[in-house]
Amino acid sequence: MASSSTAKIIDRNIPMVKLENIRKSFDDLEVVKGLDLEIGSGEFFSLLGPSGCGKTTLLRMIAGFETPNSGIVSIAGEEMTNFDANERPTNMVFQSYAIFPHLNVGENVAYGLKKQRLPKDEMKSRVLDMLKLVDLDGLYDRPSYALSGGQKQRVALARALIMQPKVLLLDEPLSALDKKLREQMQHELRRLQRTLGITFILVTHDQEEALIMSDRIAVMFDGKIAQLGHPQEIYERPVTKKVASFIGVMNFISGEYLGKKDDKLHVRTSSLGEVFLKSAQTASDVQPGNVTLGLRPEMMTVLFSTNENSEYEFKAKITNVSYYGDMTYYSVEMPGPDDDISISMRNTVGRHVYSVGDVVRIGWGTESIVVL
Amino acid sequence: MKKNSRPLLIYLFIYLGFLYAPVVLLPLFAFNDSAIIAFPLSGFTTDWFSWLMEDESLFRALKNSVLIAVTASFISTIFGVLTARAMARHRFLGKQSMFGLIMAPLFLPEIIVGVSILIVLMQLGLALSLWTVIAGHVLLATPFSVSILTTAFNNLDRSLEEASLDLGENRIGTFFRVILPLVTPGLISSLLIGFTISLDEFVIAFFLTGTDPTLPVYIWSLLRFPSKLPVVMALGFILLVASLVLLSIFEFYRRRSESLASGKENSGIK
Amino acid sequence: MKFGTQIKQSLDGWRLIGTPFIFGLLLLLTPILLLVLLSFWTQEYLDLNRTFTFANYKEIFSHPVFITLIKRSVNISLFVTASTVLLAFPVAYYISFYGGKRKALLLFLITIPFWTSYLLRIFLWKIILGYNGVINSGLISLNFIQEPLTFILYNSNAVVLALAHAWAPFAIFPIYVSLEKIDRSLLEAGRDLGDTAVRSFFRITLPLAMPGIIAASLIVFIPTIGDYVTPKLVGGTEGMMVANMIQVQFSKANNAPLAAALAIVSLSIVVLISLVFLFFNRKYLRRQI
Repeated sequence: MASSSTAKIIDRNIPMVKLENIRKSFDDLEVVKGLDLEIGSGEFFSLLGPSGCGKTTLLRMIAGFETPNSGIVSIAGEEMTNFDANERPTNMVFQSYAIFPHLNVGENVAYGLKKQRLPKDEMKSRVLDMLKLVDLDGLYDRPSYALSGGQKQRVALARALIMQPKVLLLDEPLSALDKKLREQMQHELRRLQRTLGITFILVTHDQEEALIMSDRIAVMFDGKIAQLGHPQEIYERPVTKKVASFIGVMNFISGEYLGKKDDKLHVRTSSLGEVFLKSAQTASDVQPGNVTLGLRPEMMTVLFSTNENSEYEFKAKITNVSYYGDMTYYSVEMPGPDDDISISMRNTVGRHVYSVGDVVRIGWGTESIVVL
Repeated sequence: MKKNSRPLLIYLFIYLGFLYAPVVLLPLFAFNDSAIIAFPLSGFTTDWFSWLMEDESLFRALKNSVLIAVTASFISTIFGVLTARAMARHRFLGKQSMFGLIMAPLFLPEIIVGVSILIVLMQLGLALSLWTVIAGHVLLATPFSVSILTTAFNNLDRSLEEASLDLGENRIGTFFRVILPLVTPGLISSLLIGFTISLDEFVIAFFLTGTDPTLPVYIWSLLRFPSKLPVVMALGFILLVASLVLLSIFEFYRRRSESLASGKENSGIK
Repeated sequence: MKFGTQIKQSLDGWRLIGTPFIFGLLLLLTPILLLVLLSFWTQEYLDLNRTFTFANYKEIFSHPVFITLIKRSVNISLFVTASTVLLAFPVAYYISFYGGKRKALLLFLITIPFWTSYLLRIFLWKIILGYNGVINSGLISLNFIQEPLTFILYNSNAVVLALAHAWAPFAIFPIYVSLEKIDRSLLEAGRDLGDTAVRSFFRITLPLAMPGIIAASLIVFIPTIGDYVTPKLVGGTEGMMVANMIQVQFSKANNAPLAAALAIVSLSIVVLISLVFLFFNRKYLRRQI
């Protein structure tokens, strides 16, 4: 463990992980392009992005498996750019779990403790406590090849947490699990992080996972952070079209920004007519000219009865219907030149499912529009 | 696919007959009570084996061969580890050409390797000895060790090493606690292959051997004396049986450790 | 990237591969370069004449003895390669496709005859084919012939037979491995798309097994062309090959430079034929990568 493992009161003003102008290339391919990031103590932080965006490389530079070409990596206020992985107060849960196949569960979990030369009894009791924490009581002697995917996941977690890391790094830890187990582990990881108060850094390409688990998310594209914020900010106020379409489904409507009018953004669209939006409805600094408006599918409504009303509405023809059981997704034709948009409706009492070709009234509001 | 495989099966038996044709003669003539190797057989004897037991130069040759084979397979396995590791984990200038040179003996007729080494030794005025044979055999066995160990190292998940480092272990500790236990089967195969190649190698040993012959070189000298042939048959039979026994023991333990492992797995899941 | 940083990055790899590489440099590359050098010198009784000359090569290419020998070696080796691979293919095919649970046993059965000395395996063919050998004494005792047949030993055919036998497993294994790698659903897809069993064999199985066939061919071809033992034991004067001549020139004739030139000529032929062979089969190998 690092020399800094002596008890130190965590200073809230010092970020737990601080990355300054990090650059990393493999051969001539630059995968991380001058990135700055601060991750707070006790935070559940997610690096979210498509494969090849540099998120895993970034995590591996925090862990000490890769050295940046330039820039500074600090952990708990100490510069560690050139420290080896075994000298850092971080521990990792690997995507493949990396359970040592020649060791059993107990030996796997105790692996890192061996160096600390603890008395045998204490070591065993710490391993048993840790196994209890991750719900693996009674598997101390289980050989590692006899573990299921979910159990391996927990062993990997126990093995890392027993080291009492300042930062736990999770590299796509849930991607190999099936849907049910994945959802269960998402909640358990969140619970564990709150109980232990350790900084967790999660790498994932699954936007839903990031939204559910994180305190803050950094959305990464092409070696840079495209947007940094709380889950709700990221979902509701994406800064670019790219972020918007990566996080959930977003409908895009083209328009022309005409400038501010009465402190409101005045946008003219051919599909929705003239709209006036609050200045908070954009995260970017828009200039007059062509813009794109974003509208989430659940922010629009198919109006089922004539007494149902909405602030704004328009008539449209349904071009496609996808029935999901609890939800129905409609594609509808827009009045203007825009592409068909998608609308999601919860299937509740009194709402029947329309068919392709039906002409329906669509209700919408200006509140839920974001200017990109 | 429903296709009649009987013609192929018949072919397989004929082919096996061809493969076994020479080797079945070994026990026949090893126990045949006649100094002349010809049919019909005359009677049963174990004399040729007693002759073998009294042949001191044979035992010297055997000792030389085993010494050479153990040393050569040990060195070639170390070379194999170094090369496989470098190829699997590192990038360096000249990687492909260096690898090519190490693997080249696979693609060269042995006589050329033997002759060229002999020329160097002659130019340098070095005397031939067991060491010169060992050097030649290391050259020959290393490509096999490299291929076996490359497979072993490639099957090793890289994140296992990283996990070890991540858990505070240093590189040397990681080698002994994680890498070595996981490539042990590869190491054993490499040692066995190197040992077998060296023990049976004739041409290079023939060129590079000094006054101490290896077993194949000694057998070669026996083949010139018709009177010695039944003894050679007995020796060949012993070699065959000994290698099959060794092989079976090796296989038995390999299977037993496998079945033990799977047995545990069953009880573990219950 | 700068050269300096490249060197720096290379250090770790070099540290590992250095020892085996230097060993190869000293015991393989240097000797072969010396062999080349030697082939351009001449032997004058007990001394070496170190003036650069093509004399040895001229001698090789003007003497019918050497040319015949080289041609014969190449012919025997090509013939052995072709027959070994052809004979081995159905065996590998049967084990891979119909071996079922007995695959390991069948493979083991194939290797058993090879767990004794190489010398003895070749020598046993002499006992089978010889004047008083198994075949002759058998045929005589069955009254098929009166006099022993003499044409079956001490010629090229005997060499081919013994070599084809000696290298059999080395042909079976690579072919077997490549057949095992073939995804069986590909064959089903072929059948599903209307191929007959024979057509799907030629359109799917064979092309996908080519890497194994190519490997098997090279594994057999390269060593057999330089084989010393087999022609010496069962070839007689009629079945003598180039390796025997190299050895004779080296020791008895005491003409090391000529032996070196012969070695270089054979090595060049091996390399040339292998490259041509690989070139014509490049499309099968490229697909693998």
